[in-house]
Formats: sequence, structure tokens, C-alpha cells
Amino acid sequence: MSDTHANTVSYVRDSMLPEQEPPLKERGAMKWLRENLFSGWLNTALTLLSIFVIWFIIIEVGPWLMNTVWNAGSLRECREILDGTSGACFAVIKDRWHQLMFGFYPQDMYWRPVLAFVLMLVAVAPILFAELPRKMLYFSGLFPFIGYHLLWGGSIWLPIAALMGFVAGYIAFRLLDRMSSLISTLGAVAAALVWWFVLAAPFNAVLSSALPVGLPFVRSDAFGGFLVSLVIGVSGISLSLPLGILLALGRQSEMIFVKTVCVVFIEFIRGVPLITLLFTASLLLNYFLPPGTSFDLILRVIIMVTLFATAYMAEVIRGGLAALPKGQYEAADALGLDYWKAQRLIIMPQALKISIPGIVNTFIGLFKDTTLVVFIGLLDPIGLSNAIRADTNWNGIYWELFIFIGALFFIFCFSMSRYSQYLERKLKTDHR
Amino acid sequence: MSDAAAERNIDTSKMQVSDEIAIQIAAMNKWYGTFHVLRDINMTVNRGERIVICGPSGSGKSTLIRCINRLEEHQAGQIIVDGTELSSDLKNIDKVRSEVGMVFQHFNLFPHLTILENCTLAPIWVRKVPKREAEETAMHFLEKVKIPEQADKYPGQLSGGQQQRVAIARSLCMKPRIMLFDEPTSALDPEMIKEVLDTMISLAEEGMTMLCVTHEMGFAQAVANRVVFMDQGQIVEQNEPKEFFNNPKSDRTKLFLSQILGH
Repeated sequence: MSDTHANTVSYVRDSMLPEQEPPLKERGAMKWLRENLFSGWLNTALTLLSIFVIWFIIIEVGPWLMNTVWNAGSLRECREILDGTSGACFAVIKDRWHQLMFGFYPQDMYWRPVLAFVLMLVAVAPILFAELPRKMLYFSGLFPFIGYHLLWGGSIWLPIAALMGFVAGYIAFRLLDRMSSLISTLGAVAAALVWWFVLAAPFNAVLSSALPVGLPFVRSDAFGGFLVSLVIGVSGISLSLPLGILLALGRQSEMIFVKTVCVVFIEFIRGVPLITLLFTASLLLNYFLPPGTSFDLILRVIIMVTLFATAYMAEVIRGGLAALPKGQYEAADALGLDYWKAQRLIIMPQALKISIPGIVNTFIGLFKDTTLVVFIGLLDPIGLSNAIRADTNWNGIYWELFIFIGALFFIFCFSMSRYSQYLERKLKTDHR
Repeated sequence: MSDAAAERNIDTSKMQVSDEIAIQIAAMNKWYGTFHVLRDINMTVNRGERIVICGPSGSGKSTLIRCINRLEEHQAGQIIVDGTELSSDLKNIDKVRSEVGMVFQHFNLFPHLTILENCTLAPIWVRKVPKREAEETAMHFLEKVKIPEQADKYPGQLSGGQQQRVAIARSLCMKPRIMLFDEPTSALDPEMIKEVLDTMISLAEEGMTMLCVTHEMGFAQAVANRVVFMDQGQIVEQNEPKEFFNNPKSDRTKLFLSQILGH
């Protein structure tokens, strides 16, 4: 064998060694178990401890869950059915299902939030999955107006008037496109603002009286349950990302005025607890607004939650921007791309990709923070659980309600987390 | 120079310098804060000229060529590129930048885009070329730099030399009239330097106006018609390559050449 020559200085292998299987201990399940669970005495002890904890939980919680009562009208009835044995009483979920979902939304109109929810999924799909036809994005753009009308109803001309502000802005942008991108952007913003603050109100008034079409109006205080969480959460999430991007860019701006405004805004909002902003929204905001303007409470809360998340979002995105090498900006500049094109095509796609974990973290935080609205009297699921307990039938039921609410929030938050991981994998093009 | 050109088998027939002025720099000064980086730079580049700028690190050579497409701002004097004066007027800056290609030491390809997308991005968004046409142009230049087969890969999957050639192709897709090279081979392994230099030489053969900051003296001898030596923010000496290397006038140049050619 050539091995005998291995010790001499000049050495030529004359026969190649065949490939062999690793020893039994080093393959398959055995290897996995040994490496991951029993690699040393500490690891073995921890494995045994974990098994014990899992076993304990199953023994304790298992029967309680398995003994669930699904059909009962009250906690007392539940206990009679259980007859002294330990068991959960998820009958409360079944009994109060509609309330937990929709709050006090008119019963004959439940189809409206359900349809809005389904359409929301359709609208979100093309944003989340690039494989879907790009034309669907038009629907995504229209959905906020459709969703608003489905949920609140009222005159159909109000959301249309709001939508036309964007159309006016777009037309202005197109007309001024031949000038610099700064002028066309400013022109678009100006056109939209003029429409909303000057022309939209008479437009809405005239058409609403001339052609009163639309679904029956539902007041905001009828909203409750997961409907409230989703409305606030989804609006906050979809608004805070674009606003956060603008704020992050503003903070990096060389224009001292823009920069100062952004820094002050971010630092102020981050320095204040969300709950104080919510109290401001519910109690104080009316003092600052012109007398006579009544401002929907849910809308006020959405604004506050959005502002709060926006400040965090801006900082997360600034982190992503800071991680980009300066060469990327220089290459974009050297190719003649202007500021906005460079941001849109080169900088943001990369900065946002780097920031995905932080962005989704902020989203999840925002969604869970919607439960704080219970303190300003909105009946979100937590608020409803208090209301349900106030009923003598269900007085004293805690675990089942909180498990259910927790599980629903978990589903949403966990999906967001999984999606972000999918996105990170998909966008991984740097092959580092 | 002709000897070196013959050695490398370079076609000098098209490498004619015209009388037309491509870049004119007059009494240009630049400061970083209070540090005077560029001092009274005067330089005229004719169309078709190939200029190599060399000098010790910190001598301001990169800063100089970065001023030509306004990646750096100059505070005094004049820079006129292709008849357009660089001032704070954004329109002029964008105009100059779309006429002047730039290749960086660290390639600066866009890692989130494929090679083809890297090459078509600026033509589509700045020149408003239809996508189809931009892709055809991009493939033409990728073939020219000899990597058309990599078009659908991402920059991270390519070697340094390949990335730099893509960066050159990306600049060429904008059909620039002037190319700036900022130490294009300094970040490359020795065996990859040649492939990039070959690309640059073939560009020179086609009569491109080139300003190149580099320490590749072989390249300077082969294709440059002027070598500019800078030190402490000033142009110390400039001459045609043969004279510059064989008969340097200033002591500083002699010292520099002895250090970089000495081993």
C-alpha cells in the first residue's frame, strides 16, 4: 500500500481508497440523539429534566383540556356537567363567539366585517407573494377605501372623495414629471392636500345629497372584539412602514430643517409610553381640534398607534440604512440615478431586507399593543373578557378566555414571524 | 510606449487623441474640513486621451477623479466635463454623471440584483431605454467583458475579477464618453488583475477617454499617453509614460518610482 511511503519525503499515491460508510454510532438517529441530547453529563441531565417537565405539564393540563365542555350556557352549568372532575369550560367561547369576534356590531351585518376580512387577505396576498400577478396590486391600493366602506358604511362618496385625493396627486405628479422629481413630488402632495381640504367636502356633500348610495352607517362604538384589534393592527402596520421609511430618510437628510423635525418627532414619540398617547387620543385631542369637529375614536387611536410604531420603524430602518456600504450610494450616484430613484431601486430594497427582523418585530409589537385600547374604553378582546365576566352566567371564568385570546394573537404573530423568515430566505442573494 | 504596446500586441490604430477637450480642470481646490486635499489642480484632458494618475496613498488622486463626477464637491476653481460646468446645479451633475462612467475599487455592484439587472438598471431608469433594448445592450457589453454566461447570477456568486468586469460593463451600458477608474485592480488577487486590465486595454483600443488611478505601471506603459504623478494634493509631474518612467524629473517622483518598481 502507498501508506507505507507516507513517511518518506517523496510520495506518490498509487491506489485510491474506496469510500466507506461512517461507523454505526456516527449515523442516522443514533448520531442525532447522541450529539443533541446526550453529548455530556450536563446535556443528559437537561434532557431528562426537560422530559420530566413536559410529562408534568401533560399530566396536569392534559386531562383539563381533554375534559373540555363545549356546550353550556353558563359556568354553573359547566360545573354541573363536569360533576367535580377537573375540566375546561370552552363553552364560553362558543356562547360568546360573535361578541369576541365583532363586539356589538349589528348582528344582521356580520357579513360586512367577514367580507372585509376576506378582501383584506386578497389585498395583502400580492404584497406578500411576488409570484402573484402584479395587476392584483391595484386591488390592494383600492382596498383601504373598500374596507372602510364595508366596515363603517355611510355614504359611499366619502371614501371615493378620499380616493380622488390620491388620483389628483397622481395626475399632478404625471404632469410635472418632466421637471425634477422634487417638484413633481411636491406638486403631487399639494394637489392631494388641496383636494382633501378644500374640494373634497363640497364634492362629498353635493353627491351624497344628490345620489345617496351606500351601506347603512355603523358607529365606531359598536366595534369590538378581534374586529377592533385587526382594524387598528392592520391599519397601523400598513401605514407605519411607509411613514417609517420617510422618517428614516428624513433623519438622514442633509436639510437641517427636515432632519430636526424628524429627530424631534422620533425622540418625542419614543420617549413617551403608548398608553399616554392613547389617553391623549381619547381625552385630549378634542381640545386641540377646532370646535365642532368630532373625530372618530377608532380613527384617533389608529393615528396614535401608527405614530408610535412609525417612530420605532424609522429607527429600525435607519439601522438598515447604516448597514449599507457607502459604495452603494456612490455607485447609484455615479450611474446618474437621482435621489428618489436611488432610494427606491438601490438603497431601500437592501436596507429593508436587512431590517426585516426588526420591522416584523415592530409589527408584532404593534399588533399586541392594540390590546392597550382597553384602557380607553374600546372593547377589544381583553375588554370583552372583562365584560363577559361581568355577566353573572360567566362570572369567574378566566383561563379559557385568555387561552383563546392568546391563541388567536399567537396565530397572527407567529404567521408574521414565519413569513418574515420565508422572506429573508427568498431575498438572500448575497451568498455570504 | 510603442515597445510596450508591441509586447502586449495592442492595436493603437484607433487610439488617436483629438483636439476636442473632454475635461478641463482649472485652479481647482478642495478641502475636507480644514484639511487642504487638492491644491490648485490644473489639467486638460482631450477626447481619446488615456491618463494614468499615480502617487502615494493620501496624495488626493482618488479624490481628484471623484471630483470629476461630483462624488466629491470642490470648493474653488472650475471643472468642466464635456462642456458642462460642475456646480451645485443638480441638473448639470446628473447630466455629467450619465455621461461619465465610473469603476470603483470595491466594484460596488448591487448585490440584490442579478448581473443583467445591474447592467440594465441605469439605462432603463435614467436613459428611459425600453427594457428589451437595454437587455440587448447589456448582453453586448457582458460579451465584451467575456462573461455573458453569468448574466442571471448574483454578484455574490462571482469572483472579484468577474465582478469588476461586470462593473465595467455596467458603466459601459450607459454609453459614457469618459470612463473613470478608481484603483480598479487594488482589491483583486494577482491572477484576476490581468483579466480586468485586458478589459481596460480593449476599451482603450476603442478610443475611450480614460482616467485611471492605478499602481499598475505595466498598464500605464502600455496604454497611457500621459502619466500624472500626485503628492500632497498637487500634481507634481506629468509626462508621457516613456519619459516619466525612464527620466523622472522631480526627486519625489524618483523616490516613488524607486519604491514601487524597486522590487
